Amino acid sequence: MSRDKDRYLSILLISPSILAVLIFIYGFIGWSVRVSLSEWKGLNPDYTWAGLKNYINLFSDPRFHVDIRNTLIFTGVFVAGSILVGFFLAVMLDQGLKGEGFFRSLFLFPMAISYIVTGVVWRWLMNPATGDRLSGFNLLFSYLHLDFLINKWHTTENWGIAAIALAAIWQMSGYTMAIYLAGLRSIPDELREAARIDGANELQIYRHIILPLLSPVTLSALIILGHMSLKVFDLIVAVAGKQLPLDVPAIYMWQTTFDGLFYGRGAAIGILLLVSVAMLIIPYIRYTLKTETQQ
Amino acid sequence: MNKKLYTLMTLLVAAALILSACGPKASKVEVFSWWTGGGEAAGLEAMIKVFNEKYPNIEFINAAVAGGAGTNARAVLATRLQAGDPPDSWQGHAGQELIGTYVAGNQIKPLNDLYQSEGWLSVMPQTLIPLISDNGNIYSVPVNIHRANVLWYNPAVLEANGVSVPTTMDEWFAAMDTLQAAGVTPLALGEQWTKMHLMETVLLGTLGPDKYNGLWTGATDWGSPEVTKALENFQKVLTYANSDSASLSWQDAAKLVIDGDAAFNVMGDWAEGYFRELGKTPKTDYGWAPVPGSVGVFQFLSDSFVLAVGAPDEEAAIAWLKVAGSKEGQEAFNPVKGSICARTDCDKALFGEYLQSAMDDWASNVVVGSLTHGVVANDSWKTEIDTALGLFVQNGDLAAFQNALVAACKNSGPCK
Repeated sequence: MSRDKDRYLSILLISPSILAVLIFIYGFIGWSVRVSLSEWKGLNPDYTWAGLKNYINLFSDPRFHVDIRNTLIFTGVFVAGSILVGFFLAVMLDQGLKGEGFFRSLFLFPMAISYIVTGVVWRWLMNPATGDRLSGFNLLFSYLHLDFLINKWHTTENWGIAAIALAAIWQMSGYTMAIYLAGLRSIPDELREAARIDGANELQIYRHIILPLLSPVTLSALIILGHMSLKVFDLIVAVAGKQLPLDVPAIYMWQTTFDGLFYGRGAAIGILLLVSVAMLIIPYIRYTLKTETQQ
Repeated sequence: MNKKLYTLMTLLVAAALILSACGPKASKVEVFSWWTGGGEAAGLEAMIKVFNEKYPNIEFINAAVAGGAGTNARAVLATRLQAGDPPDSWQGHAGQELIGTYVAGNQIKPLNDLYQSEGWLSVMPQTLIPLISDNGNIYSVPVNIHRANVLWYNPAVLEANGVSVPTTMDEWFAAMDTLQAAGVTPLALGEQWTKMHLMETVLLGTLGPDKYNGLWTGATDWGSPEVTKALENFQKVLTYANSDSASLSWQDAAKLVIDGDAAFNVMGDWAEGYFRELGKTPKTDYGWAPVPGSVGVFQFLSDSFVLAVGAPDEEAAIAWLKVAGSKEGQEAFNPVKGSICARTDCDKALFGEYLQSAMDDWASNVVVGSLTHGVVANDSWKTEIDTALGLFVQNGDLAAFQNALVAACKNSGPCK
């Protein structure tokens, strides 16, 4: 009896937030889907049925092709870079060096900064001006007589988006380091010792013991970084504004909806973004729930 | 008991405070803009001062939203309008940016009566009125005028290379060839929107005012050989520009000319305000001319204010518009903002050397509208052109660019 009462009470207590989530998340997802299937263009809502027209047009839209290509390059460079740098930093810190706490905070610190700040600073650092107007990294390279390293950064033809990913790596590799470090610390020393007794060298220990045990951590990192890179918007806008060579779906969505009043097309881009993120997140959530219930 | 009494007293005091704050003001007007910094905000403050003197009983609420050229502000405004919560009046670029969006959405009212009663029809240029009208209805009150087709140059750099100021496209190309051969960057260019700005001036310079106007009414075919020629000119002009344009703001690009790192820059005449801010002297540190091919044509843009359908206080909104269109209001606003009056009767002595010459041209030239700054094309059309331009700058495919422009005019413009 009292158990039932508890149950009702708890449902009652969480109902406001459930209601809010239902309306403000799922309600609006549903509304966006409806808009994406409409002819809405202009300030006033127009729900005339358009079927999948907006989606079909997007796939033959040269700008959307640029967006997909940029997103793939950005995701590849950003995720791989953050994981490699993060793992390397974590292994270094795990060697029990002096002042570990200091370095840990140092590497984590960029994460505390907003993408806008990172973007503004990296905009200065990655200044592509040439000749007398060299500055940022390029000026540094010139002082160090490393002139062959001087490059056009984010204004490089076709691959500029990779330079933006460098800024994102700088920001997020500390976070990746933190989760790897936690993973490394959870591996019992006995396993390493046993491997050493069996005659394994340090490299073999990492290859055959540590890396396999860290694979759930790597999966989490992949998911977290991957969904962030699909949604990237503010960092690019802060570095380069809204320019086509560095266009991504989120920027296209913003411009076409609010500058161009193509609400139908904007909603379709939004839904495609949601689906692509969901394809990453949903299997991960199912996997985590399953392993948690098993435990 | 005591506690209850205390609460009641507090409430009474609070109510009294709120009431007294509202007391002397009979009504209020909420004006929405994106003027939050620099000369723009200072100009708005000056105009608000004039308003407060004329209408002490109306409280002015400055609902400005920050963000360059108003992209953020427009998103906020769209949300408010869709929620049925319009401000009394808002800022917008005069012309199709307002008409194509807000008239089409039935969100603003015609102002013909106000133009009649205030006598504005006789003090604003005749060629301006059709550009801010739709079906004979005038929809906004322009407070200032900027010129888009200005070629800024560095007099010392031109002189050192024996180049005179070009007046036609061919002269311009010859001049830039000479400069390039001498190792000078001929043209300073910035990020994507400044490329659209350059494109519209080259279209105007190649096609001339009549054909250029025809692009926006459907009378000139976007697929015609003349337009191809104009786009080829644009493509050629781009080859003279600095290689790092994508990373430069318009200020950065204009500064290259001032610093002698480049010879020419095409930018609206707000650049002049920037040059003055840098402490430069007109005619010695920087010179100006119409963009080659557009001599005698004034390609304008204008900030203007509208009257909302369903304005919470229409009378107060009209009072604001009266100030915005008045000689006094415009004379307070424009010298501070660094633009000229939309009216042709402002006191010239209030303005600097460049602006005086712009006032002469405004009163005598053929007036055409700007694309980048919202006069000739609605927002949807403009963003489609912007996308096509971005792709063109990236891949250099002129035929695809022209096809995309033809398609944009069909999808979002008047072309059939």
